[in-house]
Amino acid sequence: MATETEAASEGGLVFHPLDQFIPKSLFGDGAVHWYTPSNLTLWLAILVLCVIGVFVLGSRGRGIVPSRIQSVGELMYGFVYKMIEDVTGKDAVKYFPYIMTLFVFVLFANYLALLPMSYSPTSMIAITAVLGFGVFIAITVLGFVKHGAAFLGLFWMKDAPGFLRPIIAIIEVISYFVRPVSLSIRLAGNITAGHVVIKVFAGFAALTLASPAAILGIVAIYGLEILVAGIQAYVFTILTCVYLKDALHPAH
Amino acid sequence: MATETHETVASACLDSHGGAIGMPQLCGEWIPHQIFWLLVALAATFFVMSRIALPRIAAVLAERSGTITNDLAAAEELKNKASEAEAAYDKALVDARAQAQQIVAEAKAEIQAELDAELAKADEQIAAKTAESEAAIAEIRDGAVKSVTDVAKATTKELVAAMGGKADAKTITAAVTARMKG
Repeated sequence: MATETEAASEGGLVFHPLDQFIPKSLFGDGAVHWYTPSNLTLWLAILVLCVIGVFVLGSRGRGIVPSRIQSVGELMYGFVYKMIEDVTGKDAVKYFPYIMTLFVFVLFANYLALLPMSYSPTSMIAITAVLGFGVFIAITVLGFVKHGAAFLGLFWMKDAPGFLRPIIAIIEVISYFVRPVSLSIRLAGNITAGHVVIKVFAGFAALTLASPAAILGIVAIYGLEILVAGIQAYVFTILTCVYLKDALHPAH
Repeated sequence: MATETHETVASACLDSHGGAIGMPQLCGEWIPHQIFWLLVALAATFFVMSRIALPRIAAVLAERSGTITNDLAAAEELKNKASEAEAAYDKALVDARAQAQQIVAEAKAEIQAELDAELAKADEQIAAKTAESEAAIAEIRDGAVKSVTDVAKATTKELVAAMGGKADAKTITAAVTARMKG
């Protein structure tokens, strides 16, 4: 509200591409505390409802011949299941619910964020960092629980020449600890960038001359974002599978 | 509304107009909020997926593959039954044909036997009739020859007598018999 009146009074181009990421309290205008139900809460709730709609209500009929929504759920189920089997191995199937939850959460958050007026949880670095570091910590703990100190063999290349091994070990350790950072920044960065670009184009649409190009630009970027939303969910999931493979089979 | 917002802005990350200062994502004040609601949503999603959705979909998929396997097996069985039935049909056909041939052969043999018997009987009758006829013919011929001989003898005797000769019966008989043979 405030920005719009401001823009009207100034009468010029106004860009507030980052304002869409401000959490706003749902009830009243007060400060957003950790427990305050905000637009983030609203869209996370919508996300959970969509998950329930697709996976629970959709498969309600338990049809041998699936209904449309049921077959969408089954498609995602088969997609992630096969990914785990192919990338991580058959022994990782018991972690399927966790990975499926990650995939569905990121995918639905990405796609719901593409609705106009919506709020995008996966553009929050804090949220993707929790996901990324959660995966990282869980996988590291799992590796040590499964293999004990032998898990450190992940960093010690037995195939490399002797004098190179310590150097490679240092690089491996660094790359290992960069994993959660890259995982979370990749997701948040992609989603944030797409939304900001759309907002910037939308700002240009206020100019009569530039508006056709701006609207075309929005359409094009929106199409790209639809791709990015799916691809980022896929990348997040498959990298989780790859990291999980390291924890389960640390020997290269 | 706008002025109200101005007054109630209660964040270090918002300017006086309610716009963002820097990236809202990096505002430390809101991070606990985001993490808290993320954990709530993740827990809800995980609960829904692991307790309800995934077992249900797994069951449906298993049931489907089971049904498909069963149906394929049933189809295979039916196919086998059909080919068995076909084989039985073929066999029945071959049997029937063989039986028909046998019956035909039997009938033929019977007819042949009957025919042979009838033929033999007929031959016999014909032979009998022939023999009878031959006997009759022989008798007639004999009779005729005798008559001719008698006539010839008498004629010869008369001729000889008419020519003034006197012939004894023995000579005439011999002469006539010799002529008759020629």
